[in-house]
Amino acid sequence: MKMMSGAAMVVEALKDVGVTHLFGYPGGAVLDIYDALFAQEHVKHILVRHEQGAAHMADGYARSTGKTGTVLVTSGPGATNTLTGIATAYMDSIPMVVLSGQVPTQLIGEDAFQETDMVGCSRPVVKHSFLVKRAVDIPKAIAQAYYIANSGRPGPVVVDLPKDIVNVQEEHLYEFPTDVTMRSYNPTLKGHGKQIKKTVSTLENAKRPVLYIGGGAIAADASDLVTELAEKLNAPVVSTLMGLGAFSSVHEQFLGMLGMHGTFEANKTMHNADCILALGARFDDRVTNNVDKFCPHADIIHVDIDPASISKTINAHIPVVGSVDEVVRQILAEMASHDFSDQDTKLTDWWEQINDWRSRQCLRYNQGDTTIKPQRVIESLYKHTNGDAYVSSDVGQHQMFAALYYPFAKPRRWINSGGLGTMGFGLPAAMGVQFAHPEACSVVVTGDGSIQMNIQELSTCLQYNLPVKIISLNNRALGMVRQWQDMIYKGRHSSSYMESMPDFVKLAEAYGHVGIKVDTLDELDGAMERCFAEKDRLVFMDIAVDQNEHVYPMQIKFGAMDDMRLSKTERT
Amino acid sequence: MRRIFSVLMENAPGALSRIMGVFSQRGYNVDSLCVAPTNDKSLSRLTIITEADDKVAEQILKQVNKLIDVLRVTELTGSAHVERELMLIKVATRTEVARAEVKRNVDIFRARVLDVTSQHYTMEITGTSDKLTAFADVMADCADITESARTGVCGLSRGDRALRP
Ligand SMILES: Cc1ncc(C[n+]2csc(CCOP(=O)(O)OP(=O)(O)O)c2C)c(N)n1
Repeated sequence: MKMMSGAAMVVEALKDVGVTHLFGYPGGAVLDIYDALFAQEHVKHILVRHEQGAAHMADGYARSTGKTGTVLVTSGPGATNTLTGIATAYMDSIPMVVLSGQVPTQLIGEDAFQETDMVGCSRPVVKHSFLVKRAVDIPKAIAQAYYIANSGRPGPVVVDLPKDIVNVQEEHLYEFPTDVTMRSYNPTLKGHGKQIKKTVSTLENAKRPVLYIGGGAIAADASDLVTELAEKLNAPVVSTLMGLGAFSSVHEQFLGMLGMHGTFEANKTMHNADCILALGARFDDRVTNNVDKFCPHADIIHVDIDPASISKTINAHIPVVGSVDEVVRQILAEMASHDFSDQDTKLTDWWEQINDWRSRQCLRYNQGDTTIKPQRVIESLYKHTNGDAYVSSDVGQHQMFAALYYPFAKPRRWINSGGLGTMGFGLPAAMGVQFAHPEACSVVVTGDGSIQMNIQELSTCLQYNLPVKIISLNNRALGMVRQWQDMIYKGRHSSSYMESMPDFVKLAEAYGHVGIKVDTLDELDGAMERCFAEKDRLVFMDIAVDQNEHVYPMQIKFGAMDDMRLSKTERT
Repeated sequence: MRRIFSVLMENAPGALSRIMGVFSQRGYNVDSLCVAPTNDKSLSRLTIITEADDKVAEQILKQVNKLIDVLRVTELTGSAHVERELMLIKVATRTEVARAEVKRNVDIFRARVLDVTSQHYTMEITGTSDKLTAFADVMADCADITESARTGVCGLSRGDRALRP
């Protein structure tokens, strides 16, 4: 046991929980902590350019590793700047700890300089939060924060640290807790035996089963188990936007993403299934379309670690509370005492039907010979990265094109803000990925709108030599907004057009990076090749794409899962 | 449908605001709320009255239970339980007739007079919410209500069922 200041305790506790990367930005309330960071080498501090960027970097780091991402910011504006990042992590259940400075305890409540009630501001978007009142409580609060953030259903945790308790002048006894369990927090990991039995007999009787997998399968690192289960059942697999990669997208049984921009075969299969096994997915409104018309023939088995996600929107016939890995393991064990030997014959008709839906080739598009189609860019990206990149994305049409046209064979490769839909997420997230995987290829697919929401982080990329590859689909418009305006508002493009695009190549160069502009189809592949040949540099690819392209398929509002537009002229 | 939820939570700063946060954030209404530490001072017990259908009630249970500070939550309505509420009520009595009428009703309702001045009676009454409302209605008929305060309902299950850590 050692004596140390509160600030040193913060750093020591971070070291003790195994933090290696800390994304942050200094300010008055945390200067003591910054000073303590200066004196050590265990925790690497990454200086961002905007606190929102720090939160998204920690998030990208967490999504790509499964480890908890860490953020350090000052009080007031530093703390409030992280809120969008915290909310983004919250909506997608990403483990994150945000350490925020606070004014000294005796000034709390007095509207002191740079005071905001961070615990209050963040309350609706955190899993939990701590306002630490005494220096001796720092190690325990930090240890519990990490435990809460990355157990059960993961999520962000805020630790608010008043300036007086991290004061470098006073020393206290540092004691890292050996036990962080809490009587009020015991996540259920194993499914209930009776529910597992019901699940297996329902699966055994199913003639038209489907596995519907979500982010929970990734959070639980359950890819291998899910794959084993899918193969034993010979069942088709569909995935949410958040689940992509949990089951290989190049697997024969994979039908693609489901939901609003899901594939024809995925949505058709869901709608006609007689048994839906949902694994770590939450039947959200971007999946179900009209809940009253949702999958009328199916027995629904819902496996989720969060009981509150079960029967929230869609009633589950068999609720199973537990983590996806544990529950699938239990299902596999129970299946051994049932007969699943002839799933091939049992599901022949089902697969025949599914293959018929597949033959519609809903992702076909018309390239033409000059203007580049956004889909074509993603296909080219896939080719030039051998399908093995970490792809972070912003929010908009480009996000959907990436999700649909870049098949992810592995989990934690697709990094996107699914729940909150945060424009500006992509670049910092890709940076977090790059910090976690220095040798890997970290790409961000973005749009001319989204990239400008955290463009300042290009400066951070230079400081830390991050060779992120930015693939910007420049349609000179807020494409997704424009698409809705085309479809719903008779093409009235109210404020969705940006007349004043910067010269992105010059901008990249100004920040010390490489910029490449691509205007025509025949330049595309060559430019991609040049981009990925620049192993050590950040490259900004400014690619002019067709402004009038829409993302299809697209569910028709108020309809069932399988009511879709398949192109500007065809619907189901 | 009227529901009573009972919550056992850590007696920690911010715990109550988190529970209220769940209600406001998710659009559930709170009709009354009664909270105090239990015999074990590290715990607080909270009783919440709300209007909710079955689906919403299930979500309230789950969402409140999900909070890190919450140890247990249960719905008291739906099984045998006792519930009580306390009301303090002050009335102005300008005439002898009114004073007599107030005192008569105090007896009928088994209320208690806590404070008397020449012009005012302050009383306490315990019971179900309906009884309290009925008493207040009667008081309004025979005197002028100056002010009143109610604690909100607090309740326990009957028999050996209990909310324990
Ligand atoms: C922070 C934020 N503000 C607004 C929106 C609403 N929104 C969703 S997509 C979109 C347009 C995105 O444009 P761009 O990044 O250029 O991508 P594109 O759709 O053109 O591919 C907007 C404004 C959002 N998702 N996030």
